[in-house]
Amino acid sequence: MQLTGAEIILECLKEHSVDTIFGYPGGAVLNIYDALAKHSDDIRHILPSHEQGAAHAADGYARATGRVGVCLATSGPGATNLVTGIATAYMDSSPVVAFTGNVGGPLLGKDSFQEVDITGVTMPITKHNFIVRDVNQLHNVVRRAFQIAREGRPGPVLVDVPKDVTVNKTEYRRQEPLPLAEHNEQVTADSLEGAIEMITESRRPFLFSGGGVICSGAHRDVLEFAERVGAPVSCSLMGLGGFPGNHGQFCGMIGMHGTKASNVAATQCDLFIAVGARFSDRVVSNAKRFAPDAKILHIDIDPAEINKNIKTHYHIVGDLKYVMQRLNERLQNSAVEPNQDWLQEIAQLKKAYPLTYPKGNGLKPQYVVERIYELTQGNAVIATEVGQNQIWSAQFYKYQEPRTWISSGGLGTMGFGLGASIGAQIGRPEKQVFNIAGDGSFRMNCNELATAVEYNLPIIVVILNNRALGMVRQWQDLFFDRRFSQTTIDRTTDFVKLAEAYGATGLSLSRTEDVDDVLMQAMDAEGTVVIDCEVDPNDKVFPMVPPGAAIEDIITEE
Amino acid sequence: MNEHVNRHVLSVLVVNQTGVLSRVAGLFSRRGYSIDSLSVGVTQREDISRMTIVARGDDATLEQIKKQLDKLVDVIKVVFLPPESSVYRELVLVKVNADAENRSAISGIVDIFRGGIIDVAPDAVTVELTGDQSKIEAFVELMQPYGIQELVRTGLTALQRGNRTIGLDDIELDEDYSEIGRAPHHG
Repeated sequence: MQLTGAEIILECLKEHSVDTIFGYPGGAVLNIYDALAKHSDDIRHILPSHEQGAAHAADGYARATGRVGVCLATSGPGATNLVTGIATAYMDSSPVVAFTGNVGGPLLGKDSFQEVDITGVTMPITKHNFIVRDVNQLHNVVRRAFQIAREGRPGPVLVDVPKDVTVNKTEYRRQEPLPLAEHNEQVTADSLEGAIEMITESRRPFLFSGGGVICSGAHRDVLEFAERVGAPVSCSLMGLGGFPGNHGQFCGMIGMHGTKASNVAATQCDLFIAVGARFSDRVVSNAKRFAPDAKILHIDIDPAEINKNIKTHYHIVGDLKYVMQRLNERLQNSAVEPNQDWLQEIAQLKKAYPLTYPKGNGLKPQYVVERIYELTQGNAVIATEVGQNQIWSAQFYKYQEPRTWISSGGLGTMGFGLGASIGAQIGRPEKQVFNIAGDGSFRMNCNELATAVEYNLPIIVVILNNRALGMVRQWQDLFFDRRFSQTTIDRTTDFVKLAEAYGATGLSLSRTEDVDDVLMQAMDAEGTVVIDCEVDPNDKVFPMVPPGAAIEDIITEE
Repeated sequence: MNEHVNRHVLSVLVVNQTGVLSRVAGLFSRRGYSIDSLSVGVTQREDISRMTIVARGDDATLEQIKKQLDKLVDVIKVVFLPPESSVYRELVLVKVNADAENRSAISGIVDIFRGGIIDVAPDAVTVELTGDQSKIEAFVELMQPYGIQELVRTGLTALQRGNRTIGLDDIELDEDYSEIGRAPHHG
């Protein structure tokens, strides 16, 4: 069948069961939009306010569903507006395929109107990217893009399509998606036995669970493993939801804003087992004093993560789900028994140093997050912005299931959350989606309220409004003699009126005793709701590891 | 640390397509790996190019360089070529001041080094010389007194000794994929 490039792109999307894309029209993608109009029964197009919103929405969709998120933008500024979103997806290994238009082939390289070398721009922030110069290559490029985005450690792939390629015709035949390699060649009986030996010898094992657990769908296997081994469990920020937050062995996050229990347990353990995690600087802090008494066993699908930030004693490279299942089989027939003394010791630490915050003195942001957890019974999807709002959301909501926690961990992108919650809500319409925000982050991309309202998405935006860039302000408070340089944003924006102007419901919240009522009101409301919560700019995120310190030297209060 | 100890030669097979050189070069610059030289050319297979990269770093850095290169979609294979089991060569072109008086002296040195004079002007000669780095450095030093006008080096290229090869013939590129690789203007 002879089809135009534009039609081939859409047919290839259908091959991969893509039924939703997030995009913004423009000159270079006119033909794709023309074809989209004809395919609107099969592919739903979501129009955000800004291309950055499209990229974050595609990413949020991918994180909430586990499927590939797709976004589309025109050439030049359309393409560059995707960049922050693509970089965010890259740092958090989120499978996104981004399509960009470009000027026609003869105009490429001539500094034409709305021309940008987007493959050059996105080279370091994509797993791979393509520019398609011949319509005959288009179908294979799109298929490869999906394969690369999903295979192994997932990540974003960009496909740049010059305008003439979208017009030109070629023969198209439908194909099944390309198979994904399993990456389990190195998982052998010997390699597994080596790990089992270390576990058998260990008296004080500790499990560190990262975002890879969620990518590979290994959460049940990791849970079984942790119970068999008797390891206290911590998560990275990206790993939240990969292990049940109310499980007895769960100690909370590790690292800069982790719990005292996790950080001390990691320091005292004799075997540190990292699964699907990459030892980020926010986790490790001072590498020389990290898990000093432990052997480190690292299991990950990306060989480049082994020995990158922390020298490991033993590693297995493979798909986590597969590896954990093989290890569990072996553990079943081994003498490995949980060491109750060690688990007790850590339970004591948990009891002695619970996550807490000063009560009284007005509405506490941590309390708002706690109540969201209680009122939704942990069944909501929480998408956050970046800063204090993010860490409080990570600490005071107990994530039970994978893909219910959506946050920009690696890049730390303020303005991520609203777009991401739009993608998450579209991907998981049955879920109650919250966007927990700070006033600074919300202001960055609040234009996407228009999108949430337009598509009648029942997202609840909770602005923890301290009229400050709270996390930076906190550092200025603690480490810069309280010189609050440019972090006070005490402006006159009325977020309730702003919400109403966009056609959302606006609610304000300033008293502790009103929290439940207002949250219930928001959950019962039709459509998008914004809750402006008045909180104190001096509220801080604790615990906290001071810069350069070892993680065990975590400060639990001011 | 002895600089020769941490100088390593990598041979990298890549899909012959646009952008692959900037992907590899970009990887080195953005991750802060130091690179002494990089040379690239097509192999006996027109769909595969081979890069020879001379990089510096301790063992951990080298391990990372190899793994990060392996992650690039266009990279097919990365091997280290250690000095004891490899041959290294580099080409240098040197334009040296030479008049009627000293031209034959220069020519004599070039002969000893088994180089060649490939261009002659009334006041200069251009010499080509192939060898490993120490040979080239020795030659360049001998040319200094005459006055070097210009000098250009290709960077190292290398193969394994004996009958061992990088295994190019065993590589099967996905037909669809190599088609993506061959952009129409690419040559």
